[in-house]
Amino acid sequence: MTDATAPPPSAPGPFHVRGALKEAGLAAFVMLGLSLALIGARIDDVSGGLAVRWRPFDVLAAVVVAFLGRLGLAFLRAGRPAPVALASGLSCAALAPLLAVSATGGGAADWARTALPFSGFAVNVLVLVVVVVLALRAGLAWRFGARAGARARAGAPGAETMDRLASVARRAAVHAVPVLLLAAVLFPFLPFADRRILDIAILVVTYVMLGWGLNIVVGLAGLLDLGYVAFYAVGAYAYALLATEMGLGFWLCLPFAGVMAALAGVLLGFPVLRLRGDYLAIVTLGFGEMIRIVLLNWYEVTNGPDGISGIPKPTFFGLPFVRSPPEGTESFHTFFGLAYAPIDRIVFLYYVILAMALITNQFTLRIRKLPVGRAWEALREDETASRSLGINPRNTKLTAFGIGAMFAGFAGSFFATRQGFISPESFVFIESAVILAIVVLGGMGSQVGVVLAAVLLIGLPEIFRDLQEFRMLAFGATMVLIMTWRPRGLLAHREPTIRLSGKGAVRR
Amino acid sequence: MLGTFEYFVDQAINGITLGAIYGLIAIGYTLVYGIVGMINFAHGEIFMIGAFVSIIAFLTLGFLGLTWVPLALLLVLVATMLLTAVYGWALERFAYRPLRRSPRLAALITAIGMSIFLQNYVQLLQGARNKPLQQVIGGGFEIMREGDYVVTLSYLQIFILLLTVVLMAVFTLVIGRTALGREQRACEQDRDMASLLGVNVDRTISLTFVMGAVLASVAGLVFLLNYGVIDFYIGFLAGIKAFTAAVLGGIGSVPGAMLGGLLIGLIEALWSGYFTVEYKDVAAFSILVLVLIFRPTGLLGTPDVEKV
Repeated sequence: MTDATAPPPSAPGPFHVRGALKEAGLAAFVMLGLSLALIGARIDDVSGGLAVRWRPFDVLAAVVVAFLGRLGLAFLRAGRPAPVALASGLSCAALAPLLAVSATGGGAADWARTALPFSGFAVNVLVLVVVVVLALRAGLAWRFGARAGARARAGAPGAETMDRLASVARRAAVHAVPVLLLAAVLFPFLPFADRRILDIAILVVTYVMLGWGLNIVVGLAGLLDLGYVAFYAVGAYAYALLATEMGLGFWLCLPFAGVMAALAGVLLGFPVLRLRGDYLAIVTLGFGEMIRIVLLNWYEVTNGPDGISGIPKPTFFGLPFVRSPPEGTESFHTFFGLAYAPIDRIVFLYYVILAMALITNQFTLRIRKLPVGRAWEALREDETASRSLGINPRNTKLTAFGIGAMFAGFAGSFFATRQGFISPESFVFIESAVILAIVVLGGMGSQVGVVLAAVLLIGLPEIFRDLQEFRMLAFGATMVLIMTWRPRGLLAHREPTIRLSGKGAVRR
Repeated sequence: MLGTFEYFVDQAINGITLGAIYGLIAIGYTLVYGIVGMINFAHGEIFMIGAFVSIIAFLTLGFLGLTWVPLALLLVLVATMLLTAVYGWALERFAYRPLRRSPRLAALITAIGMSIFLQNYVQLLQGARNKPLQQVIGGGFEIMREGDYVVTLSYLQIFILLLTVVLMAVFTLVIGRTALGREQRACEQDRDMASLLGVNVDRTISLTFVMGAVLASVAGLVFLLNYGVIDFYIGFLAGIKAFTAAVLGGIGSVPGAMLGGLLIGLIEALWSGYFTVEYKDVAAFSILVLVLIFRPTGLLGTPDVEKV
């Protein structure tokens, strides 16, 4: 399958004003339909029920923006970027300061708010983003002539650039990986790495590990798993229950949590792995929900929606991270003769998850070269052919499912020990979707891509946590935009894992 | 009371009403899956948008002082169908069309992204709180009585069932008898060949999304009328259940989607009636797994012939 979504760019033709106006009118009409109810009316709670507050000017503004935007696009496509660049540049210059002022407090903000086209802050930001994109495109086309315009018209500007970048990244990976690794190892000692940044880093690395684990199932074995978070939950609850009920430590429970999750994976996978593609996806989604519902309702064991709290923290070879250890024992700082610093524990947690993630990565890279890894990839490519070559599809898929689940279990028990509190709330479907998105956005099967996507999808929203309400909106939009821009993922490449000659060749 | 026939009938009526909602949403999944081969994960959100447009339309009519219920219902129905259809169209045009020839996983991720986006979009615009609506259609008539236990069939339930049956009939006719339906079936079988033979594939796919959105919007309206309260999150679970229903009935088959919807609705209602409410979703998913193990293509689906 090739990337044939866009028509081949052709030379700028004659510009039909009527055609452009018609298109713009259609866009305005569609916008009218989109905005009439949901943007034009807001349901408000008033005493004794609900009432609708009208915002006709928002609808009007939306329609005008759609009309002008579509008209500008038509100009661009006809190879006439100059007026568009000017108009959108001017509107940028008008909108951005207004928006900035309206975000502050005081009287000027009120004035700025009335001058802005929409009453909702988010909608204004959205409009600004659209105008900026339009201005950039038009400006580029103006500066670099019709070729850039034609590229913009092809709908995927810079797609080839990104492909080239991906191949450069692939070649540079040999050198870049040690550098990245060093950066990751030294990260806690960098000057800006305070508690908040470290917490975000731990979260990102957790998702990197989950992404690498799911990559075994989705990327290597080609099994679409929409319920991966279930195994994460099994690992987390396995550790939490063992620790709180039997008083076992983190390091003792970690392998056990992994085994439990792998067992759950094999048990759930056994009946359904002969299903294909989307059927498997929906069944795994169902299993994910089922496990969450069981956790929610099995009060006697899981404490239901209240969750399990007081989960013990991990220790450094038996040395806890506490200010004043109980009589006769030592803690981390007394043993090494250091001053007590609460951040020590965070740094330690960071290294724990980093080590776990790197082990996952190393495991994946190694197992790809083993017979079972090759069998996964063969099954992904063609199940019928691999079956005729003597690969047992069910057992092979079960190993992939079980091993992927095992890593989720490890990550889950880390999650439990880091949070100290877990509840079914943490294991909703959206988590599975996010992990899958990390795998797919990064470029299926690309280990570095997973890191990139995790930083992009988890790290950035966490840093912009102040914009709480727009966070998830932007998250969804980013997923859509990246996929439409690069359908095979950011760093997509298909590289043969086995070669007949040269580096990494098969030994006979 | 629990063991009586009357109790069973009562639960069954609830189940069929719920099943009608699932079935209406499931048709959208099945149509889109049949023609584009993707799980339109954002379809549940279209249903949610339909419910929101309905409540806004009801409140508007109430504000305008229109209180004659049949006319109000008709106006709300038309407004909801039209405005939600625009969302269905726009969803396909901007999120899915650029990805039509991309790997299927890309389309799935886009659909999940759109689902997250639309949920938060509605939450931002309309607020996160529940939106309750006063009862629009009240009353009903008694069909059975056992001591103090009265089984009633409300006018609302009759309205929902009639509406569903009429819509099913109309859409079966559209797909089976009209030129549009023929083009849809042609695209379903072989998109490239259909376009060679003069079928406007883009338009057909757009109209398929519009049809799905119209049915989902009706489901949203029915949900609002039946439960009286909505929030921005209702699309997720309803969407998953409806997709389950579509798979259960055999994805790609319109009667299958309706049958699957009815079955899921009945299972849920009867399970909550006789066992525990908490595990009704587990029951629905377990039935799905069982059916798929023994009939991998669903109840009314046709098996895929696999070529090497």
